[in-house]
Amino acid sequence: MSRAQRIAFGVMLAFFLLAPLVLYPVFLMKVMCFALFACAFNLLIGFGGLLSFGHAMFLGTAGYVSAHAAKVWGCPPELAILLGTLAAAALGLVTGLLAIRRQGIYFAMITLALSQMIYFYCLQAPFTHGEDGIQSVPRGTLFGFIDLSNIWAMYATVLVVFVAGFLLIYRAIHSPFGQVLKSIRENEARAISLGYDTTRYKFLAFVLSAALAGLAGATKAIVFQLASLTDVHWTMSGEVVLITLLGGMGTIFGPVAGALVIITMENYLAQLGAWVTVAQGVIFVICVLAFRRGIVGEIAHFLKKPL
Amino acid sequence: MTEIFGIPTQALFGQLLIGLINGSFYALLSLGLAVIFGLLNIINFTHGAQYMLGAFCAYLLLNKTGVGYWWSLLLAPLIVGALGMLIERLMLKRLYKLDHLYGLLLTFGLALVIQGVFRNEYGTSGQPYAMPAELAGGRNLGFMFLPNYRAWVIATSVAVCLGTWFVIEKTKLGSYLRAATENPALVQAFGINVPRMITLTYGFGAALAAFAGVMAAPIYQVNPQMGADLIIVVFAVVVIGGMGSIMGSIVTGFGLGIIEGLTKVFYPEASNTVIFVIMAIVLAVRPAGLFGAQK
Repeated sequence: MSRAQRIAFGVMLAFFLLAPLVLYPVFLMKVMCFALFACAFNLLIGFGGLLSFGHAMFLGTAGYVSAHAAKVWGCPPELAILLGTLAAAALGLVTGLLAIRRQGIYFAMITLALSQMIYFYCLQAPFTHGEDGIQSVPRGTLFGFIDLSNIWAMYATVLVVFVAGFLLIYRAIHSPFGQVLKSIRENEARAISLGYDTTRYKFLAFVLSAALAGLAGATKAIVFQLASLTDVHWTMSGEVVLITLLGGMGTIFGPVAGALVIITMENYLAQLGAWVTVAQGVIFVICVLAFRRGIVGEIAHFLKKPL
Repeated sequence: MTEIFGIPTQALFGQLLIGLINGSFYALLSLGLAVIFGLLNIINFTHGAQYMLGAFCAYLLLNKTGVGYWWSLLLAPLIVGALGMLIERLMLKRLYKLDHLYGLLLTFGLALVIQGVFRNEYGTSGQPYAMPAELAGGRNLGFMFLPNYRAWVIATSVAVCLGTWFVIEKTKLGSYLRAATENPALVQAFGINVPRMITLTYGFGAALAAFAGVMAAPIYQVNPQMGADLIIVVFAVVVIGGMGSIMGSIVTGFGLGIIEGLTKVFYPEASNTVIFVIMAIVLAVRPAGLFGAQK
């Protein structure tokens, strides 16, 4: 990591370590789950140039699987989260094979349509309990000795999951794999002419992104003890796009900043009902028209250092 | 009562009719998307909201000013089309030099704003809209009962679709449009005002969505969310058909509506998902879509 990035990472870590002293921990855990979700999404759009409009299907599916595993099969939380993540990765494998066949705008439409299919499946499938969702999922005991019903144990677990996922994505972006991915975003034809099998790289990025979005969704289900249709609906796919766009597409810390802002806004505007949707739409329009670099992108531009 | 494959014909034809009605809306909306995409190279996510706006225009015109269905059918597309041109001039215009994905994000944001505002005002329940008295009732065709209004919707949307196809493929104006799709700079060099053409095209696409919305109002009720889920199905229709051809999107729209209707009869559990499954199969077999140009 460069110096600027090390400082930014330190600030982020310090924030999530100290913030629960003044802020509600459940709210912060929600922020971290969404931040990880957005980081996974950003891996595709920010570094691969692929706009997925169906990422809710990975978040939601993983949530359902881990909630079902923890509640019905009685799995310990670590296994439930692992199963959820694997389910999302498997779904990413199948949908990726289909979606990767088309580019740009088509890719966005296909992922959106596929996630709508998953939504209707979850609406009808008996194990998801339709509109009710899977409620009162037990948090269980992690590795057999850490009781997650203790809020601080749960908080520490989410923090570890989030930081691990974040560092994994950082590593992937700065590996040779990530460099090839960036070259595909910049100029796919040239990457092909250099001998790279670009379809395979995009496919791998898609599956990795799906798995990490699943990790976020599975963890979220354990934290909130709930898996519901909200997490598979297309509005959730739109929300992760918004978080990433506002924070800064293609920046490393952008999705985290975006998640903090958007989740805070939703928390405070929740009683205003549909105005939240209007506010989200307005932020979308402003970001696209005048603020395309996003929060962290603007800071990085000002400092002339990548963040 | 006669049966086909163990299904009463009454039910079979009833669902086929519903399929044709849905297909009419798929065709009208995917046609509008294809026309806009052809010239602007953006996918208009606001299309579903514009469809909903059309229905609300008709509803408000009736309840606030007493303007009936037939005038709404003319006025709502004009109002929504004008609004669309405003959006193009003020916002979309700034994005043409950027990645096309920004157009998608902008129109998605606009759709959220429009739908959110209407949901605040009218909630999520539907507002009833009476069908015009001239088209009340129906006729018995011997094998099924055909409500007049539904026959009108199917016939009108076929006519509008074919009219649009004719204008784009067979007239001078259409040839300018197709030329500008291929090479806008060259067409502009010939003295044709391409930016104005783009504005008018977007306005026309939006008007088409509003027209569909007015026609849908008596059938589905007027609901702020009516366009949101529909537009995703229409996206799948567009992917299946491929956006290369106008006729392709019309045929695919009607065809998928009918398939969806038949699924409701034979395997109702899958009726919500059948179009997406077909999309997955088409992508696996023929990625460019049924009517799209293979690269």
